[in-house]
Amino acid sequence: MDNPAATDATRTAFEDADIRPAAPTCPAGLIGGAAYAGASGPPLMIIEGLKRVFRAGERPAVDGVTLDVYEGELLALLGPSGCGKTTTLRMIGGFEQPDAGHIRMRGVDITDLPPEKRGIGFVFQDYALFPHLDVFENVRFGLHKLPRKEAAARVGEMLELVGLSDLAKRKPHELSGGQQQRVALARTLALAPPLVLLDEPFSNLDAAMRVETRQEVRALLKKSGSAGILVTHDQEEALALADRIVVMEAGKVCQIGTPDEIYRHPVSSFVASFIGRSNIVTGKAEGLGAETPFGRVELSKAVNGTVDLAVRPEQILLEPHEEGEAEVIGREYRGHDQLYWVRKGERRLLVISGPAEQIEVGARVNLRVCDCVVPINQDIQSLIAE
Amino acid sequence: MVGALMVLPLWYLVLRAFEADFETVMRLLARPRTVQLMLNTAALTAGVLAFSTLIALPMAWLVSRTDLVGKRVVNVLAVMPLAVPGYVMAYALIGLAGNYGFLNQTFGFALPRPQGWWGATLALTLYTFPYLYLNLRAAFTGLDQSLEESARALGCTPRQVFTRVTLPHLMPALLAGWLVIGLYVIGDFGAVALMRYEVFSYVIYIQYSAAFDRVYASWLALILIAIALTVVWWESRLREGAHYARTGSGSGVGTRITRLGPLGQVAGWGFVSSVVIASIGLPVAVLAFWMTRGPLAASLPAVVDSFGQSLSVAVPSAMLAAMMALPIAVLAVRYPSPLSTLINRLAFIGYAVPSLAFALAFVFFSLQGVPILYQTHLLLVSVYALAFLALALGPIRSALYQARPSVEEAARALGHGPVSTFARVTLPTIRPGIIAGMVLVFVIAMKELPIAFLLAPTGFRPLSITMFSRTSEGMLLEAAPYAAAIIVFSALFVGFVLRHDKKAGG
Repeated sequence: MDNPAATDATRTAFEDADIRPAAPTCPAGLIGGAAYAGASGPPLMIIEGLKRVFRAGERPAVDGVTLDVYEGELLALLGPSGCGKTTTLRMIGGFEQPDAGHIRMRGVDITDLPPEKRGIGFVFQDYALFPHLDVFENVRFGLHKLPRKEAAARVGEMLELVGLSDLAKRKPHELSGGQQQRVALARTLALAPPLVLLDEPFSNLDAAMRVETRQEVRALLKKSGSAGILVTHDQEEALALADRIVVMEAGKVCQIGTPDEIYRHPVSSFVASFIGRSNIVTGKAEGLGAETPFGRVELSKAVNGTVDLAVRPEQILLEPHEEGEAEVIGREYRGHDQLYWVRKGERRLLVISGPAEQIEVGARVNLRVCDCVVPINQDIQSLIAE
Repeated sequence: MVGALMVLPLWYLVLRAFEADFETVMRLLARPRTVQLMLNTAALTAGVLAFSTLIALPMAWLVSRTDLVGKRVVNVLAVMPLAVPGYVMAYALIGLAGNYGFLNQTFGFALPRPQGWWGATLALTLYTFPYLYLNLRAAFTGLDQSLEESARALGCTPRQVFTRVTLPHLMPALLAGWLVIGLYVIGDFGAVALMRYEVFSYVIYIQYSAAFDRVYASWLALILIAIALTVVWWESRLREGAHYARTGSGSGVGTRITRLGPLGQVAGWGFVSSVVIASIGLPVAVLAFWMTRGPLAASLPAVVDSFGQSLSVAVPSAMLAAMMALPIAVLAVRYPSPLSTLINRLAFIGYAVPSLAFALAFVFFSLQGVPILYQTHLLLVSVYALAFLALALGPIRSALYQARPSVEEAARALGHGPVSTFARVTLPTIRPGIIAGMVLVFVIAMKELPIAFLLAPTGFRPLSITMFSRTSEGMLLEAAPYAAAIIVFSALFVGFVLRHDKKAGG
């Protein structure tokens, strides 16, 4: 369930074969990505070349991360566990010192400031509510510089915002997971920080709560006007929640873009396989077309030479034919659609088709690609071509 | 700094020991008496360990693995003897016998005054067996039933199961209990002195207070420390080899309860009650007997005064110990490094080094290093705090381990600096641990004898010293109210242990 490459819980042994495992290489310097579309004015925060080495001689946990966040934007740091996303977040929050790189907020270099001087909110994975204080006191904790009355008024406001006014006198251990999370959020938002960092904020909630809560959290952040950086390993969560997604792997940023860009125009086989699923095939490209095992396909942008192409399972159509080029070797009915595994020569491919399709395992089929296909790993490929 | 405070005085002890020339040293050490002392110490330790195991093992088994009627009561009774320190137990045994003793006066027959190996072993066993009992009971409860059942399924008889499966699994608990008791016996001074049994600590005391041969005393103290450290080393070596945690991932089934028949119930209670009569009934009865012999009211002001003197040292000791333990614990838990590990190890020196030797080291240290401190309350309080630092450290450290670092980070993200975060978040979360540590040190310091004896400021007469010197002078009547005060107070300690124990178990 936590495997981010699977959009559903029905992974089988079939797919491991030729839904090619993500190559651990991200094209260097190719992070793509437009600025946040809703941006008004310059970025709130600019992070440049952030690096963190935990043990000398080992691969850096975070290796030259560069990104920006705009006012009011919700950014997701997405990647498999161990990709450095949490370390990046902790460096932004001031809980880890970077070995290199700079963090600037509204033009001020905050790289060396202690956490309490940054004015950045942090919502912890375990919520980190103060066990010796009740809900009201927890939310008031950061308001120690305000006069008592003002602080109390602000706490009341925040509790109302998250719908917990009735539970002000409860201790943290008397709250459900979802309630604890809302307290943690209220506590952070009470200070109206320009930026809130959220570390896997939904991982401690059960699956049903998660879907409901994440839209709530997004709404609360948008309402408060704070920008947010959310760390997650769940691609579905990132796609559903974020304005822009930063895909990370092995300490590096692979791609930055809107959910739509990331899904439809992945720059590397890693991104193509980590966000949704992809059949990665090789083709000979010439401008906007390429020769592939599926015959001639259209490309989303013009390239030349040998290219890797990411073909989404839903882009492939199956046409039953007695002497078809491929054989259906597995089928999984899922209600709203069906998964087919087909074998073409040495290669196994994943295809998603509508629920009405009736093709038995063992049948021969022809394959047709019905949409523009995305060239990936492109900087390396085009270098070879030239 | 704390580490230096621990080690520096011991260095003075070594210095003092090497003041004498080689020949003198050899003459001192090669005396047959030294060998005799070693044998005596070994015999006493072995005796106490053997007898306390004989008491604690069946007791723990009865409480944790059988359907003995009234197990809860037995559990409390088995821990209660901790309230009767070794020297008070010795007092009770002595007060039992003799012409004017409890037995002769009440039942009309006189026992000879208990002394020597038997007397000391008895007194120390009856006081220390609960430490072993607590360890063994936890081990019995933690032992997975399925292990024993697998052994049965593999063809072992119940007896074989006990020797081949159960007993090996109890080894870590036995070793831990033996370590506590062994260190206590090696360092004990009150009970052996009253029983006039010549072991190291007793002779060190004689040398120091009467003969005043400081070189010889230092050498004896060093040997004593060497013995104690050998015991610690030996225990840790043995424990390294013992890996008895369950390895499977399945959850344990719990413990199997043996059904005792009616005969078993009677036998069980017979065993329990004879232990209880000896360990609790006896001191209480003897004390009650002696208390009724004299005008109690007349001695009350003196007892209250003495109690106040004990308090005046125990309270600041507890606070100082907690204050020293706090940074050490924070260092160990939040900033682990080889240095913080070393400091933590050093903190346990005070626990492992026998109190008398520890106190002697501080006598030399203060006399030579800082004479102004000698025989001051400040020195006594500091030595208590150092000696019992490990006691305070334990609960504080576990409390810190339980406090999540993210909670502290959350305070930082909410705009609180490191100091404010420590005061407003860390301290309140670990307060129960700090209080527990302080209570432990406080109660131990209230009844402590050897350190007080060597380092007492002039005119300082706490409960323990008063009671001990009266008893050793044969003034059993006059000692009784002080002994009673110690017992009542120590019962509080036992209550605390039981509460803690219950929490840990639940």
